[in-house]
Amino acid sequence: MLTVENIHKHYEGKPLLRGVSFEVGAGETVCLLGASGSGKSTLLRIIAGLEEAESGRVLWEGHDLRGVPVHERRFGLMFQDYALFPHRSVAQNVAFGLRMQNLPPAQIEQRVQEVLRRVNLNQFADRRVTDLSGGEQQRVALARALAPRPRLLMLDEPLGALDRALREELGQFLREVLHESGVPAIYVTHDQEEAFMIADRLILLHEGRVAQDGSPSRVVQQPASVWVARFLGLTNLLPGRVVNRQPLTVQTEIGVFCPVDCAEPPALNEAVTLLIRPGGLTGASADEQFNTFTAEVRDVIFRGEGYRLTLASGGHNLSFHVPQALPAGWQGRLAVQPEALWCLRQGEHNGDD
Amino acid sequence: MNFFSTAPAARRSPEGQPPASAIWQALALWLAPLAFLIIFFFVPLGSILSVSARGLITDGLSPAAAERLGRALGFTFYQAALSTLLTVLVGLPGAYVFARFDFPAKRLLRLLSTLPFILPTVVVAAAFNALIGPRGWFNLLAMEWLNLPAPPFNLLNSLAAILLAHVFYNTTIILRVVGSAWEQLDPRLEAAARVLGASPWRAFREVTLPLLRPSLLAAALLVFLFDFTSFGVILLLGGARYATLEVEIYIQALHLLNLPLAGLLSLVQLLCTLLLTVVYTRVASRLNIPLTPRLHGEGAAAPVSLRQKLLVGGVVLVLFTLLVLPLTALAARSVARLEPARGQRGGFESGLTLDYYRELFVNRRGSLFYVPPIEAARNSLLYAGLTVGISLALGLPAAAALSRRSPLNRLLDPLLMLPLGASAVTLGLGFILTFNRPPLEARSFPLLIPIAHSLVAFPFVVRTLTPVLNSIPLNLRQAAAVLGASPLRVWLEVDLPILARAALVAAIFSFTISLGEFGATSFLARPEYPTLPVAIFRFISQPGGLNYGQALAMSTLLLLVCGLGIALLERVRLPEERSL
Amino acid sequence: MKATGRFVLLVIMVALVLVACTPQTPAAPIELRVLTHDSFAASEEVIRAFEQENNVKLTFLPSGDTGSALNQAILTKNAPLADVFYGVDNTFLSRALKEEIFEPYNSPLLAQIEDAFKLDPQNRALPVDYGDVCINYDKAYFAEKNLPLPQSLADLTKPEYKGLLVVENPATSSPGLAFLMATIAAFGEDGYLDFWRQLKANGVVVVNDWETAYYTNFSASSGRGPQPMVVSYGSSPPAEVIFAEQPLEEAPTASLVGENMCFRQIEFVGILKGTQQRALAEKFVDFMLDVRFQEDLPLQMFVFPVNRNAQLPEEFVRYAQIPAKPATLDPALIAEKREAWIEAWTQVVLR
Repeated sequence: MLTVENIHKHYEGKPLLRGVSFEVGAGETVCLLGASGSGKSTLLRIIAGLEEAESGRVLWEGHDLRGVPVHERRFGLMFQDYALFPHRSVAQNVAFGLRMQNLPPAQIEQRVQEVLRRVNLNQFADRRVTDLSGGEQQRVALARALAPRPRLLMLDEPLGALDRALREELGQFLREVLHESGVPAIYVTHDQEEAFMIADRLILLHEGRVAQDGSPSRVVQQPASVWVARFLGLTNLLPGRVVNRQPLTVQTEIGVFCPVDCAEPPALNEAVTLLIRPGGLTGASADEQFNTFTAEVRDVIFRGEGYRLTLASGGHNLSFHVPQALPAGWQGRLAVQPEALWCLRQGEHNGDD
Repeated sequence: MNFFSTAPAARRSPEGQPPASAIWQALALWLAPLAFLIIFFFVPLGSILSVSARGLITDGLSPAAAERLGRALGFTFYQAALSTLLTVLVGLPGAYVFARFDFPAKRLLRLLSTLPFILPTVVVAAAFNALIGPRGWFNLLAMEWLNLPAPPFNLLNSLAAILLAHVFYNTTIILRVVGSAWEQLDPRLEAAARVLGASPWRAFREVTLPLLRPSLLAAALLVFLFDFTSFGVILLLGGARYATLEVEIYIQALHLLNLPLAGLLSLVQLLCTLLLTVVYTRVASRLNIPLTPRLHGEGAAAPVSLRQKLLVGGVVLVLFTLLVLPLTALAARSVARLEPARGQRGGFESGLTLDYYRELFVNRRGSLFYVPPIEAARNSLLYAGLTVGISLALGLPAAAALSRRSPLNRLLDPLLMLPLGASAVTLGLGFILTFNRPPLEARSFPLLIPIAHSLVAFPFVVRTLTPVLNSIPLNLRQAAAVLGASPLRVWLEVDLPILARAALVAAIFSFTISLGEFGATSFLARPEYPTLPVAIFRFISQPGGLNYGQALAMSTLLLLVCGLGIALLERVRLPEERSL
Repeated sequence: MKATGRFVLLVIMVALVLVACTPQTPAAPIELRVLTHDSFAASEEVIRAFEQENNVKLTFLPSGDTGSALNQAILTKNAPLADVFYGVDNTFLSRALKEEIFEPYNSPLLAQIEDAFKLDPQNRALPVDYGDVCINYDKAYFAEKNLPLPQSLADLTKPEYKGLLVVENPATSSPGLAFLMATIAAFGEDGYLDFWRQLKANGVVVVNDWETAYYTNFSASSGRGPQPMVVSYGSSPPAEVIFAEQPLEEAPTASLVGENMCFRQIEFVGILKGTQQRALAEKFVDFMLDVRFQEDLPLQMFVFPVNRNAQLPEEFVRYAQIPAKPATLDPALIAEKREAWIEAWTQVVLR
């Protein structure tokens, strides 16, 4: 439904967006994930029509939106910190978009009631928005954005200003409301947990480009670059070299790993980065040729369902989730399961650090 | 924790009676400003009004006098309403452009637009004459290009001239007061309205305008009061057919020596001011909306689209033509010689000259009252600096007191505006009558002049600061208090930094009011300490090309001094911006 | 945040420094205070000489125009602001005398002054100087258009002078009031309003103050306005020469000094009732009437001395015209009718 094509934008003389393209399908919730300052909010403002891209197009159902003013796009945008109208009551805030459509008052009234009930704020209708708590304000903002039935809903860090417990709860709530309403949505956040919770699809923005576009599980399983892996908290990254292509075998400073999975096969002798997922640690038998390494246990942290081990091996720190702990200071040989291995090529898009 | 609970959490102190300690705090804040107003405003005013009342009781009011009063009152309201409307119409787009866009020479234009405020009316008349007068260069150019036998524009001595001059003088109030509020208004509120389907005009009407209304009202009230008590403009530019209350007071008090009628007129003028202020206070208290203050400069960007460029360009052009061009004409005339060629009327032998400036430094006639320009500039700056100090020192506590909820405010708030509505002539006579013997003797107490200037500046300071103070959310102060800040500390650490921009605006107004004030100064001035306006008047009250040129040169000096002063004031605040 | 503190501190410090710098009046031997209007001027040299001879420090209190200075004198007559008041003129004189603000003083120098100037027989107010309010005209304009000069006030209503005259509002301007008096003297109390009606029909321009009339409307001034005739002073033509941008051989303006065309303003000095310095005040009044001050007057204030022994400066001899028969009115009549005349004039000309 929404197509974003090759958007470029500078901010204070520096390139902010450098050719961003993606699509949002019917009923789909897409999370734009990226570090702060990566241009996520600007992208939303460009889609909304509040800012103009220097080049590139925004299309809705194949129609270019260039020249369509903000107020005729029928998109909803929930601002960071909500931007509620401080001079209007809760109900008046929610009714605003409906009034702009010049609906009859009775219909507006009905829809406002309906939406306020949906966000559990029907008792608050006549309250001043400045008298509300953060969570309540967030729900007013959501109700206000949903009330005029936008064709597309955009949410800019909607949980950013809330505390952790509230975030969890409101996140669930948002997910419910979004799926129930069936509106395609773009959800901007810098928090991966939040993104996993909400998103049907993740789009990672890095250095003004889409670093990866895919389902949450796929992105975590098969990160497209070293940056994506790092951003998602996958820190077991080892520099290595391809010593055999079939099966793919990667030699690193701490050992040789095989068979390694990858998105596109690298060339022989190509320098690559090996990712070891944190769930793949096992014990080692002495005679194994591949997938073993010597390590010392640096730290053990209890994590509820298991432990997190921090290991030192050949000058690298590796961390793993394990069901049973090893004592700190333990030294010896360990192995990883081949399913936990992922090879990252260092093409131009991967150039990080 | 169940956040879906519908029970309202108590986030503000419940409405109702404030605790007794709050009243005492408010009273403490009110103390200095009230004492100042009582001693320097109400007592002198009361003394002169009681003299007039005695006369009025013995003589009564003649029907002719009643007719004069009615006529003056009607015209005063009419021209003030019209002028205010025009000023808002010109100033509002300007305030928008200043708040939301960055463009070349923005600071310079803002600075220049403040300068009209200080000019003595005599000089403004000269500037307008140089521009739109019968032989001003608008008319000369039009006659040349269109081949007309007579000057096409005849604006002087008309209502149009009065309106034009009022817009010229007061647009800066809208620009500064509304502009600074607009700058602090979150641009996302307007964006939110746009996304929700509001056209730009509708978003302005439904969101921006209501949120700006407190400052817009405050600014419009100030403009209205200035127009309402307008004196020099009506007298010099309007011609003899127009008389406001203030002009009538001047005629009655100083030319017909009819103090009883003058006193009655002053009283009517004061009552109108009081009434306006009370209405304003009522309306404003309903409009008071807490906003999250934003940092200066956020939301200002260079114009991008063609429409934005046209808008910015257009507004800048209008402001430039209206506010800067007359100043330029004045400055240009002070270095241009327009000596008519011998025996040929209307011919000009033009050329550039610094003669007028050179002549300023020569006491050609050995006069006792010769005013060295440097000394006049020094005196003017001295008085202006003191005025800024006094009016801020009194205005800050008064604004702080007003921003608290206290039953006192309802009563005291309208009183603060009264000095703006007081007739300068009446108050001047009251000063003479009251400060007649030591230690507060009008003639030997040099602080009396900055005090008189502060009286006019004080309502400005309060009106500029209060809306901003009101917009500071309570929880910011509470946060600071919980973190261990005493009430004073809270004020210094929370309120003051947020206030800084408004305080700057207030300081600039105090400064310019003092530099340009001539009314009070002419009553209280001591020849040892002449100010620039006094010196200008000395030149222009005598015939001769040299005198005229010197008056223009001195006016240009006044502009320069004022411009430098404002630039300096704006600079004082710069480090602040960075640290915030 | 720190910067805020610094800002506050700076403001306070600047204020303190400014207070500290405010110059203090140096202590004087004996102070004599002279209340006057803003147009008062004198040579420093002349004043200093008087101060030295009498071991006195003169303090001048310029207090607005004639009306406001007089008003201040009246309002404070129970606790006088000053010892001497200079500047009340014959249009305000009766008011000052009625309010009894002056003490009589029979100065020996009155002997050197024509009796015509002595309007107060009790010598409470003593004449110092006079000036004639006359119509000034733009010589170049009349020469270029080959227009004959008006020979009387009545001529001004002729069609060839339509729209050529600018006058000041008598309610707000001292020369404006003087000119109104001239018309009353010329046409009588019964006739002056008719004259003004005709003048209005002939396009007379009325402004509120002399500055606007002269610098904005008058064509021979630097303002280069549209009207070639303005109500000003008989001394304005010499001032145009003295204050010319470039040295002039001839004044660009001159006065119309026909019979009853000018009104004579006489300015007075008086000793304020309740002064503690009666002896010094007398000396100062004598000084003002004496030749040295009288000869200083013309080039300082552009008025004529009343002392018949005073010599006029060369520019005055060459360019100033003194009307042979200026219009005059009895001060008592002025005092009685002034407001009514102004009111009637306002009704006829402005409404």
